Amino acid sequence: MGGQQRVYRQRIRSTQSLKKIFRAMELIAASRIGKARDRVTAAAPYSHAITRAISAVATHSKVDHPLTSERTDSDRVAVLVITADRGMAGAYSANVLREAERMSERLKGRGKTVVPFALGRRGVGYFKFRKRELAGEWTGESDSPTFDTAKEVANALYTAFTAPVEDGGVSELRIVYTHFSSMVSQEPRVIRLLPLEVVEGVAESGEDVEPLYEFEPGAEEVLDALLPRYIESRIHACMLQAAASELANRQRAMNTAVSNAEDIIRQYTRLANSARQAEITQEISEIVSGADALAAS
Amino acid sequence: MADALTVDIVAPDRIVWSGTASRVIAPSIEGEIGMLANHEPILSILKAGTVKVTSESGREEFAVTGGFVSFDHNTITIVADAVVTDED
Repeated sequence: MGGQQRVYRQRIRSTQSLKKIFRAMELIAASRIGKARDRVTAAAPYSHAITRAISAVATHSKVDHPLTSERTDSDRVAVLVITADRGMAGAYSANVLREAERMSERLKGRGKTVVPFALGRRGVGYFKFRKRELAGEWTGESDSPTFDTAKEVANALYTAFTAPVEDGGVSELRIVYTHFSSMVSQEPRVIRLLPLEVVEGVAESGEDVEPLYEFEPGAEEVLDALLPRYIESRIHACMLQAAASELANRQRAMNTAVSNAEDIIRQYTRLANSARQAEITQEISEIVSGADALAAS
Repeated sequence: MADALTVDIVAPDRIVWSGTASRVIAPSIEGEIGMLANHEPILSILKAGTVKVTSESGREEFAVTGGFVSFDHNTITIVADAVVTDED
């Protein structure tokens, strides 16, 4: 019976130390999330300025840029999946991957081939485990992405988009990431990056008539210089959103884990107490029956 | 007619400077362009160089590595790839 008690005590102890770890991770996520949100806001003016500039060029010039027109020669679609590097974030990565799979199925139904790119170790592992080849992978900074990585990713995707068909050129770029709407709500989203849908941004600048810009050196060159930056800033924005969502999800998951650990501790404490009580009761009854036996003899 | 210019200098990860100024000089790819109030709307690519802003509080200089500048309705947005300020 003493053994039974010891087992319960051991479980309580290990759950207690797990609880401490969960609590620490919750606090870390909570302290980082503010910074991650600040970075999302800080990056907004840049991408807003670029979007405005692009729509200005697109509405005021008749440039038919390869990045804005649909490619018909290739049926490959590049999909960038942004997941976390670590688990411990509830269903965060699983949700993104499920969304990516759903979209891939849709694309396959339309006769397209999906070329996956993965950002974040969970996504890389997911595709590797299923023996699916990745066209590109980046890991190591899912919770604090830098602009340099965004540039690298953008470069790879841009190269794929401009490459000829024989070299694996793709006709479309899509990103699956988790949109951070608020602390309590983040949902996976799919956006189409290329070819560009230039309409966005024009309607929202509800000022007077769009000014007639002078382009220096020329509209085409300006668009050439703007589009790669636009892609970079969109990818960067998605990565920042995903990072904030990851941290919010981790905080929530760890919070749940802490209260589950508390539940388990309470349960085991009760079991340990009743085991202890049972032991005492048994000892008493042994003593009493022993004394009875001696008195009878 | 002493209109002030509204200036925003943004980098990928932050707003570097924002405020009003009377004159802005930017290193356009075709040579430096100076912009005063009521300049015609322009969208120009920048090369590496220095953006000079003359505001009421004095002159500010920002070394940029490239980017672009847009001017309309007396609002200047300088979008820089990377900015090095004096403090760095």
